[in-house]
Amino acid sequence: MRVPLSWLREYVDLPATETGRDVQAKLVSAGLEVETVEQLGAGLTGPLVVGRVLTIEELTEFKKPIRFCTVDVGAANGTGEPQEIICGARNFAEGDKVVVALPGAVLPGDFRIAERKTYGKVSRGMICSGDELGMGDDGSHGIIVLPPEYEVGIDATELLELYDEVLDIAVTPDRGYCLSMRGIAREVATAYGLPLRDPALLDVPAPNSYGYLVKVSDPIGCDRFTARTVVGLDPEARSPIWLQRRLQKAGMRPIGLAVDITNYVMLELGQPLHAYDRTRLDGPITVRRAEPGEKLTTLDGTVRVLDQADLLITDNRGPIGLAGVMGGANTEIADAVTDPETGEVRGTTEVVIEAAHFDAISIARTARRHKLSSEASKRFERGVDPQAAAAAAQRTVDLLVLLAGGTAEVGVTEVLAPSAPRTITMPADHPDRVAGVAYGRETVVRRLQEVGCDVSGQDELVVTAPSWRPDLTEPNDLAEEVIRLEGYENLPSTLPKPPAGRGLTERQRTHRRVGRALAGAGYVEALNYPFIGKEILDRLDIPADDPCRQVVTLVNPLSDEEPALRTTLLPGLLAALRRNDGRGSHDLALFETGLVFRAAGEPGVAVRLPVDRRPTDEEIAGVNAVLPQQPRHAAVVLAGAREQAGWWGGGRPSDWADAVEAARTVAREAGAELIVRQGQYGPLHPGRCAELAVVVDGEERVVGHAGELHPRVIKALHLPARTCAMELDLDTVERASAGAVRAPRISAFPVATQDVALVVDRQVPSAEVGRALREGAGELLESIRLFDVFEGEQIGEGRKSLAYALRFRAADRTLTVEEASAARDAAVAVAAERTGAVLRGA
Amino acid sequence: MSAPNKSYDPVEVEALKPEEIERMRDEALAAFAAAGDLDALHEAKVAQTGPTSPLALANREIGALPPHAKAEAGKRVGQARGAVNKALAARQAELEAERDARVLVEEAVDVTLPHDRTPAGARHPLTTLMERVADVFVSMGYEVAEGPEVEAEWFNFDALNFVPDHPARQMQDTFFVEGPEGTSGDESGIVLRTHTSPVQARTLIDREPPVYVVCPGRVYRTDELDATHTPVFHQIELLAVDEGLTMADLKGTLDHMVQALFGPDMKTRLRPNFFPFTEPSAEMDMLCYVCRGESVGNADRPCRTCGSEGWIELGGCGMVNPKVLVACGVDPEKYSGFAFGFGIERMLMFRHNVEDMRDMVEGDVRFTRPFGMEI
Repeated sequence: MRVPLSWLREYVDLPATETGRDVQAKLVSAGLEVETVEQLGAGLTGPLVVGRVLTIEELTEFKKPIRFCTVDVGAANGTGEPQEIICGARNFAEGDKVVVALPGAVLPGDFRIAERKTYGKVSRGMICSGDELGMGDDGSHGIIVLPPEYEVGIDATELLELYDEVLDIAVTPDRGYCLSMRGIAREVATAYGLPLRDPALLDVPAPNSYGYLVKVSDPIGCDRFTARTVVGLDPEARSPIWLQRRLQKAGMRPIGLAVDITNYVMLELGQPLHAYDRTRLDGPITVRRAEPGEKLTTLDGTVRVLDQADLLITDNRGPIGLAGVMGGANTEIADAVTDPETGEVRGTTEVVIEAAHFDAISIARTARRHKLSSEASKRFERGVDPQAAAAAAQRTVDLLVLLAGGTAEVGVTEVLAPSAPRTITMPADHPDRVAGVAYGRETVVRRLQEVGCDVSGQDELVVTAPSWRPDLTEPNDLAEEVIRLEGYENLPSTLPKPPAGRGLTERQRTHRRVGRALAGAGYVEALNYPFIGKEILDRLDIPADDPCRQVVTLVNPLSDEEPALRTTLLPGLLAALRRNDGRGSHDLALFETGLVFRAAGEPGVAVRLPVDRRPTDEEIAGVNAVLPQQPRHAAVVLAGAREQAGWWGGGRPSDWADAVEAARTVAREAGAELIVRQGQYGPLHPGRCAELAVVVDGEERVVGHAGELHPRVIKALHLPARTCAMELDLDTVERASAGAVRAPRISAFPVATQDVALVVDRQVPSAEVGRALREGAGELLESIRLFDVFEGEQIGEGRKSLAYALRFRAADRTLTVEEASAARDAAVAVAAERTGAVLRGA
Repeated sequence: MSAPNKSYDPVEVEALKPEEIERMRDEALAAFAAAGDLDALHEAKVAQTGPTSPLALANREIGALPPHAKAEAGKRVGQARGAVNKALAARQAELEAERDARVLVEEAVDVTLPHDRTPAGARHPLTTLMERVADVFVSMGYEVAEGPEVEAEWFNFDALNFVPDHPARQMQDTFFVEGPEGTSGDESGIVLRTHTSPVQARTLIDREPPVYVVCPGRVYRTDELDATHTPVFHQIELLAVDEGLTMADLKGTLDHMVQALFGPDMKTRLRPNFFPFTEPSAEMDMLCYVCRGESVGNADRPCRTCGSEGWIELGGCGMVNPKVLVACGVDPEKYSGFAFGFGIERMLMFRHNVEDMRDMVEGDVRFTRPFGMEI
């Protein structure tokens, strides 16, 4: 809502020294969001005067037609002689009154007017358009032609009200009444403690049976319809300057007198109005819902196929308006047209004024359905004062009589659905208890009265909300009015005392630990968008039956290329890796932990549960069941060097082993034992792919994969050679947690070390050999470490040698060489039995 | 070795003559002094103190002396050997010190050499800032609550008093999830959550009051990415429901938060606003932590952080709308509550001077690395 300060002063006697910024501060404190205060006329200085065009000489020798004019500006130029002015516009004639900027004037944009030679003449000033004066676009781009009654030579800055301040207020959805000068003026009056001249307080004749016939067949959708008729309008009458200027300052375009008046009254009182050309109406006006297949061409020229839920204004021939949203073209007020033969001016001379009240939700739905947000629908959606309809109709009639020479017919139509005033019962100290401040009953009652409420009762207040505040329905709504008018800035600052908390959950701690551990291992966290296209899954070679293919799709994605939600973190991470690589960072280790989304097994609709009670556990379970599964994953990607070369020696490229180690890091932080084994997975190199698993509740579960990307995937995604990746289901890994660490028993007796080198087939996983050794060595084994892997001729084709250091120790004695050797032999025996291992050199 | 000879005259034994012993001693001392390094000293040590050294041989002769002569000769030889050993130890220490001094100089390195062998990793500042804010409340006794990002409309809107067709519902540009075959548009009843507030509803449904929780998380709105907007962003939400909570408690909690995050003199300001799920509702601003409001109307000291407004807009807050309590099964006659929420991206921008939202989104390691592990 754009509020000109000059207009506001009509309703509240603000001190003359108050600026727009002062008013802004008061309104902000009262809870209105005043976004800007626009200074109209900034950068404009006169002389700017009214002139009369005496002569026009058409200069035709130039590329475009140019006029050399003489203009009478009276004594304003000091000489009284006609002012010679060159002008490129053509929408004026000799004898017209225009606005002239004389030399010395400065127009907005630091446009300085001076005598200058142009088109072979000397031009001494400028004939101005509305644009050039910063008045806002009237659509014509032509120069201003003033009504003939203004005297030449008088100051035009005052006449055109060029200097003003305009407050631009963003109105929240609950405060529909602030979409009017009346509503804003009420807030200003309260904020300043000044009386309000309510423009809706008008003498309105009582309804009678002589008015235009109106039938309302849907009193829920339309609970009030007032109609008035004005006849004998002068089709040539134009909107006076003050009216046009107020509309322009409020952000609306002047169109024609009758429409300008309805717009003006809407801005003033907040009541949307519609004017019908009575001669184009056929029979009584009926308000009803649309019938199947009905169509309407609205004022904007669009043919609209109506929905049965649309509320319509109709006459005998069918729809003539989309109620509360936009009128129809068929009953539009006609522009004045001059008959070229007779010189007679034809146009609308009789209008029927509609001031009605429509159901907010119905209007909102229709506006949304037809993607048609109008000044009227914006107000009805947020709530219009139903009691203002009669006054608004009266104000419109008055202005049509005054400005268009019309005559009001005596008929006053009013169709009214019965309604009772809304009352709210509230303990008088309720605002005190909401705020934590002792305002006292007296203050509470006074503030509520300022808002427009009727208040009665002592300890228990009975409050009748004013008709323009449909948002006031609950005690807390009233509390807010009291607290905001008393000032949010005056609220004290106290701290509640929550019961003792339990800190972060184990899951939350694990999540943080995993992030820290990966960052500690050199990985940089990236938080990627979860939007993916299905073809990325193809390029990643994700198998057709993989659960990753069960994507959740959006109805309205930002990009049609990426309509789905991620089922894996890799697309986002790999894109980030590629972006970094492209920007010159080639040695990369990135990680992400975040949710992935997998369509629910049974796709369904999440039903709207009731809000007047807690839903039952079954109802909630039903809703949760159709939501996608949303496990938290952890993933890393690597490319380039893992260790840099430098003065200390060579570097080391990142490889599959780093990816597997990242998985171990995650599992370690989660307290889970990770099973790593040879695997096969679409995106990964078939020979360098680890399958990752954990045991949850005694059952082994595959949680992810790690390794080097398949060369085909690297090529398809334009990634650096040998890019590696790991991804696992962090939620499942967490569920495999062994719980709190049990402290080991530390023996102080000496260690006995035994090394063994075992030769096995190349295909035998080292993990199996290690596990066999560990199990065979028995409880004297303290630790085991694989310290060398060797392949070569000495070992034999297709064989490899694994060298282990075994450390034995007893809790209660120094081990003898014989004891340590026996344990080692037992370990080797189990390894031999399980994996075919033989001692190297044996 | 010779047998004792009672008639043997000590003076007759050449090697035990006093002057002979003195000569041996002096010869040894001279040999040590002449040794230029530890190897030479070792040779001299073997020659002058070893089993075949003159003094050792002389010592052996003592046994052959008659008893009355033994004591005197033993004393003489013992003193000489003592002096020799002492000199040896001294020279040994001297030469070792010389060697150490030389070797340590040779082993000196350039300690200014870089050792950027494994570049450091880092966590994303949005993650760490979210944790930091959450920790302020965890230390006050709040717990951290979480919820799904793909959420039922009922939790995201209805339970929070966004009635169908309410204009507020259109204020938020929502991503809708496709429903099963045969449905269209928004009929699935499933959305990407537009705020962390559905976690409020889930928490109230799951727990009995008193409830004191914070809910950090990712949220979604259909904005295109640019310098100041991103369709995927982060919020942190707070919810307190207990007996007798007031707006003053809300104000105090906000003041405490900005003091914990920005310094002891910080405070907040509330301005009336409208949100369906709170009533009364407010917009919350914090004092500009850079200029502390001193840039307002002070053209000489413009403040880039707050645009010389003195205040920085943080987010929305208010008293939990009793309708929300009812929908979640909490008795509004007995309990009241307050809630607030704000965007982490915005706070990161003004707290750490981030100029472009895209920097937080693109995952460029050059942006994230300086933030390290904590923020």
